[in-house]
Amino acid sequence: MPVLTDNVAGRAEPRPAPGGTAASPRRRWWTSRRRDQLAGLLFVTPQLVGTALFVLLPLGLVVWYSLHEWNVLADTFDFVGTDNYRELVDDPKLPGVLRSTLFFSVGLVVFNLALALLLAVLLNQRLRGTVVFRTLFFSPVVVSLVAWTIVWGFLLQDNGGVNGVAGAVGLDGPNWLRGEWTALLSVIVVQVVKNVGLNMVLFLAALQGVPAELYEAARVEGASRWTQFRRITVPLISPTILLTSIITVVGALQVFAQIAVLTQGGPGTSTTVLVYYLYQQAFQFHQFGYGSTLSVLLFLIVLTLTVVQWRMRRKWVFHEQ
Amino acid sequence: MRKRLTAVVALAAMLGLSACGGGDSAGSDGPVSLRMTTWSANEAHLKLFNDIAAEYQSSHPNVAKITFDPIPFESYTTTLTTQIAGGNPPDLAWVLENAAPDFVSSGALLPLDETLRKTDGYGFDELAPAATKLWQADGKLYGYPFSTSPFGIFVNTDLVKAAGAKSPAELIAANAWTWENAVTTASAVAARTGKAGLVVRDFDYKGWDNLSTIWTGWGAQAWSADGKTCGFNAHEMVDAMTFLHQAIFTAKALPGPGTAADFFAGEAGMTITQISRASLLDKQKFGWDLVPLPAGPKGNYSVIGQGGMGVLKKGKHAAVAADFLAFLTNPANSAKLAQFFPPPRTPLLTAATLAKTNPLLKPEQLQSVVIDGIANGVVKPNHTGQAELSQAVRSALDPMWKADADVRGVLDGVCSAINPLLAK
Repeated sequence: MPVLTDNVAGRAEPRPAPGGTAASPRRRWWTSRRRDQLAGLLFVTPQLVGTALFVLLPLGLVVWYSLHEWNVLADTFDFVGTDNYRELVDDPKLPGVLRSTLFFSVGLVVFNLALALLLAVLLNQRLRGTVVFRTLFFSPVVVSLVAWTIVWGFLLQDNGGVNGVAGAVGLDGPNWLRGEWTALLSVIVVQVVKNVGLNMVLFLAALQGVPAELYEAARVEGASRWTQFRRITVPLISPTILLTSIITVVGALQVFAQIAVLTQGGPGTSTTVLVYYLYQQAFQFHQFGYGSTLSVLLFLIVLTLTVVQWRMRRKWVFHEQ
Repeated sequence: MRKRLTAVVALAAMLGLSACGGGDSAGSDGPVSLRMTTWSANEAHLKLFNDIAAEYQSSHPNVAKITFDPIPFESYTTTLTTQIAGGNPPDLAWVLENAAPDFVSSGALLPLDETLRKTDGYGFDELAPAATKLWQADGKLYGYPFSTSPFGIFVNTDLVKAAGAKSPAELIAANAWTWENAVTTASAVAARTGKAGLVVRDFDYKGWDNLSTIWTGWGAQAWSADGKTCGFNAHEMVDAMTFLHQAIFTAKALPGPGTAADFFAGEAGMTITQISRASLLDKQKFGWDLVPLPAGPKGNYSVIGQGGMGVLKKGKHAAVAADFLAFLTNPANSAKLAQFFPPPRTPLLTAATLAKTNPLLKPEQLQSVVIDGIANGVVKPNHTGQAELSQAVRSALDPMWKADADVRGVLDGVCSAINPLLAK
């Protein structure tokens, strides 16, 4: 957009019409500035229409629905004002759901980013076989999420593959999906292994963009590997850390299929995260109004976290200083 | 807003159609297409439905197309509800017994009495009251219970023999087919063959309503008949659950939580399931038997699961759909459907009739499990708002599935969790 504005500003002077009679004292309506504006508009229109139809309209509708009591089966759609929001505040299950969501998201983000960075640093070494490992770690990203999760569901059973391997080395593995903490941990690990490859590739690209001479200079100064990593690598890849953390936080808050396939929110409500809870309310209990209220809450949480992360970037992201 | 508009249009169309009285209006509408959602993708089932539909279309040129749309069983009701919410309801739908109270009481379904009664040769009064009870409200029938399928126990006789245990058939002959003995046999199978003993199919420590096939033998129930009082902490339930807990964690007669075993793949000695699953045994290589549920402390009992078919009021061609439903479930077609789904029509409920279409089952099995089962059966737990209740029970029951669980305490917890929902 700024480029377009510059061009337009540069050509703002009305030019005489080619082959025209005496130039009219009035400005012509169809100026090149207008033409450029139209061209620009035409270029962004498809995107704007798409966003309006598939993002803004549903978003608005969700807010609208959240002000209604909508029972699909009984076909009732009654305006109830802020009743659903009051129910939200009084919902005895919500604190537990938010707690699960918090544990899940924090666990996922920390584990995912740490592992992705570790793998990227390891794969950034000039060693034989790194291409093979890079492909290996990235391949789960392209596997169908549901198929991936179903296979893990079998592996994590009490008599499944994971405990089989544990048993082979003399360990007595827990019943992963039946314990409250192990179920949460299992869902986190399944999700991390699935997606860590994506963050790993982003980190790898960032690492390869760090100038080698900086390390060289640091080595001459006698800096240890750890100091080099902390003082050179981390600051220089901080824009990528910001990007991956935003993507991962948003992704963590929207996780659904893994929970639906592996635990259905159980045992108890230990893995009932916000998205799964709103799915239950809307699609299983037919409370579309209250489900919409929960999605408004989710939207606000995601929005707040993203804005906070974006605002904080000046404090710690290298290129933003 | 579009939903409102669609609803208004659908309602107007429906009123228009019903005012004109079914068949006539369909003609003026031009050819219509009907869609019925099912939870069975079984080829034989779909072939039968398609054959009946083709026969109907040949005599009803106003119906251009009838499609049967299978939806996975696990997400059936959710998907159906989503289709309705999205303004794309099917014209006809199968409804599970646990969703029946919600569908029947909400007004989502069209009352069928009038259409069925006025259909020539329909024999409306043949429908067994025990079968239609769940599908009625205010004296009107909202769903046709096409499948009233009792639970029985399928036995892998090869595994039981390999374990050297007493087979259910022997126990029945000795008049000793009780839960105690069933668990002893299952426990022996698990200990001596390395396979699972007894699998409560579709339970998997989540689908708790399937446990009613056990606790009914103790006279326990999830809630009172009026649906207002929690039954989980009644002494019958505590006794039944204590028995079950010991069977799982002490006798190891049932595979523990998080352990999968499929009877129909030869991985278990016995399984509790509905007889409509018999078709899965068609190509099995192991020897098998079907027996009634064992006697509990309260004596013999049976539990039935039901499937109904209903016409969605919001469907585009509700009157035509009701007319097709009347054809699909008339006496002749009911007899055909009986090979897969135990019918609600009393004249068809004889061992001889059922044997003709159920070659896999012996007449005495049909008599003891199906016919007696339907006559005395208790329907699986069902309640309005079942999905929310079911979720609350599942989550409150989870602490039970540990070896050191306090059964009584957990069951008290279930009642605290569901009492507010029962009071709604």
